Amino acid sequence: MTLLAEPIAPPIPVEPSPAAAPQPEGEVKTKELIIVNWSGELDKVWPVMILSSTAAASGVRCKVFVTFWGLLPFVKDQKRIVGENWMQKMLTLMQRPGIDHLKLSKMNFMGMGPWMMGVLSKKYHVASPRELLEAATTLGVEFIPCQMTMDMFGLKREDLIDEMGEPAGAATAIAMMTEADASLFI
Amino acid sequence: MATLEITTHVDARGLSCPMPIVKTAQAIKPLASGALLEVLATDAGSVKDFAAWTRTTGHELVEQSVDGAVYRFVIRHK
Repeated sequence: MTLLAEPIAPPIPVEPSPAAAPQPEGEVKTKELIIVNWSGELDKVWPVMILSSTAAASGVRCKVFVTFWGLLPFVKDQKRIVGENWMQKMLTLMQRPGIDHLKLSKMNFMGMGPWMMGVLSKKYHVASPRELLEAATTLGVEFIPCQMTMDMFGLKREDLIDEMGEPAGAATAIAMMTEADASLFI
Repeated sequence: MATLEITTHVDARGLSCPMPIVKTAQAIKPLASGALLEVLATDAGSVKDFAAWTRTTGHELVEQSVDGAVYRFVIRHK
């Protein structure tokens, strides 16, 4: 327990927070953010993880609709080649699934780019996509896999991490977006 | 200035955006209304971020100061 009688430095004046003002009568709707995670690239999945975890940390309900290439980072770590036919298997042979194997959309240079990003992020104490994903799921971010993508890639529910929600389709995504306060397609 | 009792401390020194906010949100969740929490951070963006975060969440930023490279925030649970 610390007593605050003597601040360590002169306090900076704090602007009054508008949210601290008395709320009007009636129920206040929780703000909602929808993110469509489409690309599966390191430089796009990373901001998805940063924004979704921060939204949940800010009391904003956040749902992430996970579709197309965006689904591959959500494949379980122990899965290497997934899919039912040779074409589906080829996809994951060419793009290794899992949150630790993301490629950059530019300057990938056969993995040199992502490796350098990893070194830089450790040096500057930036949380990795894996750490942020853990924070996001702990804070209650809902990740919803796209059923159509799962079918096309030959992904079964058990191929995807347990923390994901129930698969859904485009109509669910549209309903989520039209009901939300903000939507992002990343 | 009234003497306030801080019950929870978050050491986010060395952490980069958004982890100071994420750790603070996790730490404040179990606290009772009116409880005070102290955050130490070195992320230069945290001055603006904690102001924005308290605005979004409704928790109150009651005090902030800087000592060298360390920012200190005291937040009251709404």
